[in-house]
Amino acid sequence: MRKTFAPGNVAIAEGAITAGLKFYAGYPITPSSEIMEYLAERLPRLGGVVIQMEDEIASINAIIGASWAGAKSMTATSGPGFSLMAEAIGLAVITETPIVVVNVMRAGPSTGVPTKTSQSDVLQARWLAHGDYIVPCYAPWSVQEAYDLTIKAFNTAELLRTPVVILSDAVIAHLWEPLVIRDEKEVTIINRKVPKEGEKALPYKPDPDLIPPMPIFGRGFKAIAESLTHDERGYYAPRDDSYRALVLRLHMKIFKRLDQVFDYESYYCGEDCDYMLLSYGSVARIAYLAMLELRKRGHRVCMLRLKTLWPLDEEKLVKSCSARRIIVLENNMGKIYMDAERIFRDREVYPAPLLSLELPSLRDVLEVINTWL
Amino acid sequence: MAMKTPPLIHPLDKHLRLDRVPTMYCPGCGIGIALGAMFRALDRRFNEGLLDPNRIVWVGGIGCSARATLYVNYDAAHVLHGRAIPFALGVILANPNLQVIVIGGDGDIAGIGGNHLIHAAKRNIDMIVVMITNFVYAMTGGQVAPTTPVGVKTTTTPYGNPEPPINVVKVVTSLNANYVARASVTTPHYIESFFYKALGMKGFRFIEIVSTCPEVYGRHIGLRDPVDMYNELKKRVKYKQKPSIEESDISWDTGIVIGEFLERNNPSYLELLTGVRGK
Repeated sequence: MRKTFAPGNVAIAEGAITAGLKFYAGYPITPSSEIMEYLAERLPRLGGVVIQMEDEIASINAIIGASWAGAKSMTATSGPGFSLMAEAIGLAVITETPIVVVNVMRAGPSTGVPTKTSQSDVLQARWLAHGDYIVPCYAPWSVQEAYDLTIKAFNTAELLRTPVVILSDAVIAHLWEPLVIRDEKEVTIINRKVPKEGEKALPYKPDPDLIPPMPIFGRGFKAIAESLTHDERGYYAPRDDSYRALVLRLHMKIFKRLDQVFDYESYYCGEDCDYMLLSYGSVARIAYLAMLELRKRGHRVCMLRLKTLWPLDEEKLVKSCSARRIIVLENNMGKIYMDAERIFRDREVYPAPLLSLELPSLRDVLEVINTWL
Repeated sequence: MAMKTPPLIHPLDKHLRLDRVPTMYCPGCGIGIALGAMFRALDRRFNEGLLDPNRIVWVGGIGCSARATLYVNYDAAHVLHGRAIPFALGVILANPNLQVIVIGGDGDIAGIGGNHLIHAAKRNIDMIVVMITNFVYAMTGGQVAPTTPVGVKTTTTPYGNPEPPINVVKVVTSLNANYVARASVTTPHYIESFFYKALGMKGFRFIEIVSTCPEVYGRHIGLRDPVDMYNELKKRVKYKQKPSIEESDISWDTGIVIGEFLERNNPSYLELLTGVRGK
C-alpha cells in the first residue's frame, strides 16, 4: 500500500495495473489521454504493452484480440471515440471477451466541448451496440473510487467474460485527490476460467454459472472466437433455439451475478425521509453537499448514489428507501431518470437535469431541487 | 463379416474442421485452391520443426475469404468486417510466441479495413496478411469493390464503375512491410512458395492472391463458367522474377504480373519494441 496524490485518470491507470493489466491500446482524445500517457510510461516496465493505434475502432479490436491471447486488456476514450467503438462492444459481448473500456465523458453531441464535463453518455453505455445485450457499467465519484472501481471492473470482466464500461467524466479525470494504491495481495483479483490444458471442451458450453471457460489462443484448444450467432461448438447457428439460448445466456450470466456487479451507497436512507436524492458520478459530490445543507435547514432528505449504472438491481433500489419523493440529479437531459421513474413507479420521481459544463455549484443544485420541494 | 473400409483421408484433412465441410464456397471459387496451397506450405514448415500448429492463429473479418477461419482446424477468430488486422495485432503483441495469419478479401482488407492495413504495414507488425482479390463484394451479392476495374457493371455501378481500382501491392510496398508478393489461384505453386517463405520471416508480410469468382464477378464480366474464368485469368497472369513496383498494376487488358515485389529484413515491430525497451 502506498499513499499518493493523483488525478482520476491516473487512478484508473493505477487501478488497471493493480488488477493485472498487460495490454493497452488507445487513441488520443481529451479528456482521457492521460490514462494512455501514464500507462505508456508505467506498463512496459511491468512487462506489458501500450500501443497508440490509428483510431478507436482499431484500439478496441486490438484489446479484444489481446484478451483472446490471454492478456488483461483495456482502452480509454471519450464520447466521439466511444461512438466509434460501438460495433466492437458487440463483438466482445458475443465472443464473451473480458475487456475494460473507459469512457471519460465530455459534453456532446459530436465534438461538443472536449475539455468540459457531462454525464450524457449513460444511455450510450447501456445501448451502444446493435443487438440484445447488457454490459456492466461503473461510475466513480472520486479519485479513490476511480481506482477501486477499475479493479472491480476488471474482476467483473474476468468473472463474467464480458466487456465492462467505466464511465468517468472530465471532472473526475482532472480532479486531484489523495489516493491509496494497494498491492496486488491486498485486493481480491479475479482471473478468468480457462479449460484444462489439452482439454477438448466445447468452446461456448457454459458451466452451471453460465460462463464457459475461455480457451486462450496458443494452448492447443483450437479455439473459435466467433462473431456470428453460434452454438456451443462456436459454429454459426441461424436457428431460433441456438439464437435464443445464446442471447438469453449472455443476459442471464450478468443478471445471475447481480450481487457481484451491482453496487451503491446510501446516506440516511434508513431514516423516515420525505425526499431521496438519486445521483451518481461527479454530480453526486454536489448532491451530497445539497443533502447535508437541506438537512441543516430541517428537510427530511436522504440520498442514494449509484456506483453501478448498469445493470440496476431494481429490487434492491426499491427496498433501499421509503421516501415518497425521489429527485434524480444528473448532468444530462434526464437519463437515469427514465429508469428511476419505471423502477419507483408507485412514487413521485422528479428529473433534475443540470446540463452544466463545469461541476455544478451547490447553489445551482439547490435551485433545481427547490423547484420540487 | 463386414469388410472394414479404410477411411478416406486427404493429406490436407488435418488442417480442416471436417465436420464443417462442405464449405459454403461456390463451384469454381478460388479460395479452396488458395487454402490448399497455404496448407501445403504449413505442412513443410511443420515438417521442418520450425512451426508448431498449436501456436498458429487465423484471423478473418467478414467476407468469403475471411470465412476460411471457420474451416481451419486451428485457433481462429472470425471477427468484424475490416477489423481482422487490429484484432490480430492485439493477439501477437499479447503473445509474441504466436504466428498470426490474417486472411480476407480485397473489400475486407483494402476497403473497410484499408486504414488498418496501412498502419500495420507502417509499423511492420509481425503478421502475415493474405488478401484474396476477386474484384467484387461477392458475399453481399456483387457490389463494386476497391479493386473493381473501371467500366465494370456491378449491382451498385449499373452504368459501369467510374473509379480506377486501388493497387494494394503498391500501397503496402510504399510502407515498412518486409515482404510483398502476388500470386494467382492459377499458379498455386507460387502461393505455396510465397506463403512458405513468409512463414519463415518476421515483420509485416503481405500476399495478394488473385482469385476466380465465376458465380458473382464472372456474371458481371461475362465469364459465368468456372473453367472459362479460370482459363481467361490464367492467360493474363505473368510470373516475373523480381518484378518492379511499376509493373504491379492489375489490368485485364495488359496482364497481371505476379511475383515477389519486395523482400527485406527491416526490424519488425516486436524487435523494435524490445529495442526501445532495452534503453
